[in-house]
Amino acid sequence: MSKPIIATTSLAGCFGCHMAILDIDARILQLIDLVEFNKSPIDDIKTFTKECDIGIIEGGCCNSENIHVLKEFRKHCKILISLGECAIMGGLPALRNGIDVKECIEEAYLNGPTVGKNTERILPNDEELPMILDKVYPCHEIVKIDYYLPGCPPKADLIWAAVVALVTGDELNIPYELIKFD
Amino acid sequence: MSETIKFTIDGKECQGTKGQLLVDAAADNGVYIPILCHMRDLIPAGSCRMCTVKVNGRNMAACTTPAEEGMAIENNTPEFLDIRKAIVEMLFVEGNHFCPACEKSGNCDLQALGYKYQMMVPRFPYAFERREIDATTPKIFLERNRCIFCKRCVRVIKDEEGRSIFAFKGRGTTLEINIDRKLAATMTDEMAQKAMDICPVGCILKKEIGFVTPIGQRKYDTMPIGSDIENNHQ
Repeated sequence: MSKPIIATTSLAGCFGCHMAILDIDARILQLIDLVEFNKSPIDDIKTFTKECDIGIIEGGCCNSENIHVLKEFRKHCKILISLGECAIMGGLPALRNGIDVKECIEEAYLNGPTVGKNTERILPNDEELPMILDKVYPCHEIVKIDYYLPGCPPKADLIWAAVVALVTGDELNIPYELIKFD
Repeated sequence: MSETIKFTIDGKECQGTKGQLLVDAAADNGVYIPILCHMRDLIPAGSCRMCTVKVNGRNMAACTTPAEEGMAIENNTPEFLDIRKAIVEMLFVEGNHFCPACEKSGNCDLQALGYKYQMMVPRFPYAFERREIDATTPKIFLERNRCIFCKRCVRVIKDEEGRSIFAFKGRGTTLEINIDRKLAATMTDEMAQKAMDICPVGCILKKEIGFVTPIGQRKYDTMPIGSDIENNHQ
């Protein structure tokens, strides 16, 4: 039987959750025996080359590109996991939710105390740039998400236990210490 | 003289005093009923409904219901575990609870109940309401994004003449917690600390101090909420 295939991505996240995946330390050698990686920053495969079994999503959706990538993941992965607070509830990027996008952009590029010279009052508006959304959306408000692993970042032991349970089909018993929202 | 009564919680035989609030009587018998708005010795508000139990077949708030002889109480049933989880989820989506950036994280009752009931994601959509912060008083940050309207601070924190330093303003969706600037200016460090401690979330914060206890040593890092009550009476 071929090994289950995992894909991962970081949307509006800080890559902290991916660092937490690497925090499994030496178990990464066992992981390589258990699964194969496809599209992921870990192996630098940029586009899906195979249908995957598990998609791990870090970060929520703050722009049109995030939505596109998330929908690609839903299309190519049998199971999607929201990894970390940003994927689950928007996280720190969602601090802007409740504030008008125009106000946010003007604060960032025109009025903020750290804005340098922008005498022509240019706002980023190139067609190459993804469009910023009205607010930051949790992943499950865009596509169906099957499982959630909270934490900022989630503990490596939690990620390890969840992935191994999914791959082996064993029952998942999570100790109290592993589920934290910070 | 107070009358001793007998009742059961999930089949467990318990003893209490007639008229004692159910939530307190349960705690005295080593049974934890979760609370957010109630505190022992305080006139109950019955506003958060976290403590909802079934008494003789009827849903009641355990913080407002006096104990009676022969009551059969259902507490940790699958039905109530789900109701309570739903309440926690509702409170999480109604405010703006960014746990990773909150000074109260690890010491927060609401968060601890999220852990207890293994809330992985709320079943309701997030509201992301805009709420203003009040940092105008010398000792207190009022972080309204996190307020769950338990009214603990209004009921407990008073000045020497018995006047409340905190108060509600508005009704319905415009309801918000406020702080009286004149009275707040007279607050001592101890009062500010007490206000922060009784707040079940991270709405009331003492200024000039934060993130004092390292991760791993905070109140609910390793001990689930209510385990002190459950472990004391085995």
